[in-house]
Amino acid sequence: MGNRTPLYDAHIAARGKIVDFSGWDMPIHYGSQLDEHRVVREHAGVFDVSHMTIVDVTGADATRFLRRLLANDVARLVTTGKALYTAMLNEQGGVIDDLIVYLTDFGYRLVVNCGTREKDLSWIGQNASAFEVQIEERPELAMLAVQGPEAAAIVAQLSDGADEALLGLGNFYSLFWKGRMYCRTGYTGEDGFEVILPGSEAEGYWQALLAAGVKPCGLGARDTLRLEAGMNLYGSDMDESVSPLEAGMGWTIAWKPEERDFIGRAALETQRRVGHRLQVGLVLKERGVMRGHQRVDTAVGDGEITSGSFSPTLGVSIALARVPAKMEASSVRVDIRGKLYSVEVVKPPFVRQGKPLVSLD
Amino acid sequence: MTQIPKELKYASTHEWARLEEDGTVTVGITDHAQDLLGDVVFVELPELGSEMSAGGEAGVVESVKAASDIYAPVSGVVVEINESLQDTPELVNSDPYHDGWFFRIKPSDASDLDDLLDAAGYQEACEEEH
Repeated sequence: MGNRTPLYDAHIAARGKIVDFSGWDMPIHYGSQLDEHRVVREHAGVFDVSHMTIVDVTGADATRFLRRLLANDVARLVTTGKALYTAMLNEQGGVIDDLIVYLTDFGYRLVVNCGTREKDLSWIGQNASAFEVQIEERPELAMLAVQGPEAAAIVAQLSDGADEALLGLGNFYSLFWKGRMYCRTGYTGEDGFEVILPGSEAEGYWQALLAAGVKPCGLGARDTLRLEAGMNLYGSDMDESVSPLEAGMGWTIAWKPEERDFIGRAALETQRRVGHRLQVGLVLKERGVMRGHQRVDTAVGDGEITSGSFSPTLGVSIALARVPAKMEASSVRVDIRGKLYSVEVVKPPFVRQGKPLVSLD
Repeated sequence: MTQIPKELKYASTHEWARLEEDGTVTVGITDHAQDLLGDVVFVELPELGSEMSAGGEAGVVESVKAASDIYAPVSGVVVEINESLQDTPELVNSDPYHDGWFFRIKPSDASDLDDLLDAAGYQEACEEEH
């Protein structure tokens, strides 16, 4: 038996098919991953993401510490509630984890991956020793991602008085209300909220969402949704051997101010000078499905698919791949089970807010 | 628990085979196999008229989750393929033993069927996998 979230029994009751996910017993789907994918693109779905690790960073040096720890710059968070997406790097510029950091009125809240929990906490703790900060993991909190075009209205309606504030909340902002933290963030490419609440309240909230017409969705749909949205999965699309420049995360690196010496900065500057591999999106218009680790054949050497699947929205296979610098987009092929297929190179995302961003002609 | 109809024969690679009255053998994948694969999105079937040998590769099923080879349970010639899987591959999930069939073989040696598992034997094979 693995770790279980407060919603484990609710998943069983909803006929969730349980699989092991980084040591957690989590629902992969509740019948059909494709149906759950579509429900999020068209209506509203809820994912239990309570397995994710929530860490609060407080104290006099919290800002100074996070400006050293993270490649993006928390000094950019000037309004309470604002959040940003960032990588946490090692000295070689490799990605230890990707995370969202929220500015709150007590300090900062970090949401990191569950599969990297131990090494993250160890790295954060190790680097915190020179700073006056408190690091507190919050395992008693649950987290539900309510996603889809109808999600915000339902979350607002169930909020017990914060309707207008929630509907007016901008992308990547958060709001505390009656003991719950409402974050306008997600991992699907749709509008919605991630709601952080006490684990003891999770099942009641889950049932209220279901009663309001929100459908339970598993980690399978979460993966195809995030892939269509061009979002990276840690451990697949990047890890400690990959820099954010090589993982399509260049936009999350705050290069300015130049004197901010975040961990990994020197390595990234070198890489930027000498060149580096690139992340691209691939679309296969023939029948077949691209999968992780398949070889990408280009005129200047091999690349590799880091995430590949069938795109339910587009009806064809899409993938994220790491390819050599200076690759020509015109003659790229993928080796699927020994056969080379021509693919189109695109800039992710593939789908955003229910709309295909890739032409299938 | 997934369905394992008593009247069919099974390969340990999760295909089912049904001997029809005209002597041909209809082939598909089991309920257990479709359940493991999850939503099927493409099915690559053998060509009409192609020669199959028992245990040889006969096609590929691609689900959202994974690709899986299909093997011919008996030797013979492919006399019919299920064209409707081209546009509605989800039939493999919704009706694996009927509308979700894959292809029909005219067996070169009907005794190949005797080498396959019966329902009880297949159930045992599935349980051993776990």
